[in-house]
Amino acid sequence: MKRTDRHKKLEDYQPQIAQCVKCGVCRAHCPVFGEEGREAVVARGKVTLAQALLNGEIEADPQVAENLSKCLLCGKCVRRCPNQVPVDDIVLAARREIVARRGQSLFGRSLTSVLRRPRLMQVLAAAASRFTRLLFRRIPQKSGLRLRFPTPFIDRQRSLPALAEKTFRSRHPEFITGRSEQPLVALFTGCMVNYLYPQIGEGALQALAALGFNVTIPKDQGCCGLPALSAGDGVTASELAECNLQALGKRKPVHIVTLCASCHSGLTHHFRELGPDYAELAERVVDIHTLLRNEGLEDILLQLPQPEQCEKVTWHTPCHLRNTGLDEAPQQLLAALPTVEWVKMHKANACCGLGGTFSVYHYQTSRQLGAVKATAIAESGAERVATACPGCIMQLQDSLDQAGLPQQACHVLELVGEALAEKQ
Amino acid sequence: MHSQNSSKDRQTIMIETRIIRILEDIVGREHLSTADSDRLCYSYDATQRQHRPDAVIWPGCTEEISLILKMANAEGIPVYPRGAGSGFTGGSLPVEGGLALVLTRLNRILRIDEENLVAEVEPGVVTRQLQKEVEARGLFYPPDPASLKFSTLGGNVAECAGGPRCVKYGVTKDYVLGLEVVTPQGDIIRTGGETMKGVVGYDLTKLLVGSEGTLGVITKIILKLLPLPAAKKTMLVLFDSIDGAARAVAAIIGGKIIPTTLEFMDSTSIDCVRRATDLKLPEAARAVLIIEVDGEQAIIEEQAERILQLVAPLGVVETRVAADAEESEAIWQVRRSVSPSMRKVNPDKFNEDICVPRSKLPEMIRTIDAISEKLQIPIVNFGHAGDGNIHVNIMVDKAQPGQGQRAEQAIEEIFAATLELGGTMSGEHGVGVTKAPYIPMELDPAAVAYMKAIKRALDPNNILNPGKIFLQD
Repeated sequence: MKRTDRHKKLEDYQPQIAQCVKCGVCRAHCPVFGEEGREAVVARGKVTLAQALLNGEIEADPQVAENLSKCLLCGKCVRRCPNQVPVDDIVLAARREIVARRGQSLFGRSLTSVLRRPRLMQVLAAAASRFTRLLFRRIPQKSGLRLRFPTPFIDRQRSLPALAEKTFRSRHPEFITGRSEQPLVALFTGCMVNYLYPQIGEGALQALAALGFNVTIPKDQGCCGLPALSAGDGVTASELAECNLQALGKRKPVHIVTLCASCHSGLTHHFRELGPDYAELAERVVDIHTLLRNEGLEDILLQLPQPEQCEKVTWHTPCHLRNTGLDEAPQQLLAALPTVEWVKMHKANACCGLGGTFSVYHYQTSRQLGAVKATAIAESGAERVATACPGCIMQLQDSLDQAGLPQQACHVLELVGEALAEKQ
Repeated sequence: MHSQNSSKDRQTIMIETRIIRILEDIVGREHLSTADSDRLCYSYDATQRQHRPDAVIWPGCTEEISLILKMANAEGIPVYPRGAGSGFTGGSLPVEGGLALVLTRLNRILRIDEENLVAEVEPGVVTRQLQKEVEARGLFYPPDPASLKFSTLGGNVAECAGGPRCVKYGVTKDYVLGLEVVTPQGDIIRTGGETMKGVVGYDLTKLLVGSEGTLGVITKIILKLLPLPAAKKTMLVLFDSIDGAARAVAAIIGGKIIPTTLEFMDSTSIDCVRRATDLKLPEAARAVLIIEVDGEQAIIEEQAERILQLVAPLGVVETRVAADAEESEAIWQVRRSVSPSMRKVNPDKFNEDICVPRSKLPEMIRTIDAISEKLQIPIVNFGHAGDGNIHVNIMVDKAQPGQGQRAEQAIEEIFAATLELGGTMSGEHGVGVTKAPYIPMELDPAAVAYMKAIKRALDPNNILNPGKIFLQD
């Protein structure tokens, strides 16, 4: 069977590309440009490269691929653009275009980035064996985690969470009964929660149970597809989408909740362009915090007993939630927790620097962005930094570890879970 | 008259490999690129025209720039200095290929002298960054071009940037005390200094400010600072006619008050904002003035009250006075939403920035409206009423036959009317390439010859930003 890519083509974005008037506003907002200072990595530069690819003015060469790979997909430029040019979508389409012309070799297994970093070459063998054995034995081929950590490329310096003893989905039955009057909610776990941070999933289940929801955790769900898209692999992303369409639609849930800001954008924004069935499913996808808030979890949390001592917690905004205006709900839940004293940090909205596959190929820039965050977290006086995206958690924890700081990164759902558990 | 985008030109690199190698030795290999992606990404600025350089070079210090220019001068290679590439007239476009000389690595604030109220900066410092630093010390650098969050001070100085606050505080040239400059032949010179006074020799600082990178590469800038005003107050006044708004400007200035900003929007701008946003602007409003005063709290309260009295008889529809920073922000939001909303009128815009004596503002607006009607092209006007600087946006759809041509006719007629009223065709954007064809309308031949003589004497091989300001002979 021929594998196909159902996503839009770069040429479909021609009208949006033409909207860029090269005013330069993006120079003030692109975090990667802020670190690297080169026009080819700023939004208007990438849009220029996309246009040149379409016009045939430039080859899909490794340099073009490298420049297009330097995007966190944080969407900051889109929000600030006077003409609302969807730079993130254009970058993804351009990556797919390059993969279509040159094969996957330029992204996902980008040689150029490695060749430019000899130190990385040296650790290649060691890292490969270590991580293959440790991390990848139990992770399926198509998990986004494989794209987030294509083994040979993992930077030796990065600190990674330990793999869960037992994956989240294997711990629970496919169906968990709640109150009969409550609707059915399908839980989309995402790769990071399933393999690395099952405690986030546990927190989600506790919160859903507190509201009496019936919950299904479809066993055959897969990766949201965003890491594949980020690597320009539209074919794999299309296949994952088809698998998720079937798995998530199976029991006809009223809501499909995501625990990860990136998964949310993978199942909504990137789902809609794939066809009417996908668009219909995307309508039912909701970020779990929004659902919990709308259904009154705030009140339940506010009624929990006040502990003698509160924990100081600060908040980091995930870009993918902020771009879609979904960053309020998790903050409202955080504010409602009696166990938490919320301390503000400087630049809570700044990108953590993970950016899907970005940090794998551009770890140094990613680290610089992360270091800024680590300092801000420390200065806030918080013991933990809470956020609503497992990707951000991994990056924030790595940044804290690199800076030798004792603070821990966690998910709002973990704090919710802990507070609810204390009550029982 | 406007040349077409030429992004397809100069596919091949014209500089000899031998020279590229030497340039690499000067700046380090990683700071020079001949890659297609870099050549493309340094081919444009905010004019949306494209001209590929042969190579992009990112020097790290004055000495490197000196060596680069010596080499370029000896070999006859065009050099195009560049900051953020956010200019509106093509000042940084590499129209003849050669080297795009990117100055953003020179981005240090060298010192902020709180005793002498002076700052020394490198050209790649972003304007807003300096403002933040000095404001944290209770000081103030007033020039505020709309691009201040991304444009560089080097670019601001080379183009003599303005902004809304210039009514009261003056433009970039009023703050430049001294410069370090690499001449087109590679010498390093210093002009002016850090004293408020200084009359030894020609005032080369003033000559270089606004010279659009044609006479030298600015490598250090000494800037004058002011004490930061204690407070400010923002007001939005809606008028039933542009005439009322223009007379209000005259009344305020005539009343011996110079506000910090005195911005206006005409009825077409208001329509744009109405159509594109949910900002509430009453139907009767045909013109808007945004007035801001700054200084000691007690004084600005009094000034604001007096301004409202002065404008009251001039057809005021509504007045909003901001009580706090948030309300002030809401008022500025009205002004800021004009530019993005204009795209809804037509996809392409010709953005001019004429400046007339402020008393001539109503006449100028009436003339532009007449031209707009005659040529059947929407023209959106807004800008700095306080200093007569109007941003004239001629909105066309280049895909429609004849529209580009009609836009050019409109520009020519608007320039002619501007000059007749004693104005200038550019208040703050410069000439670059887009306005070069119109220079003979404003400057007499002897004045152009005088300027060209200076250029020839300083840059005999015409290597520094060639193809700008003056049309080729």
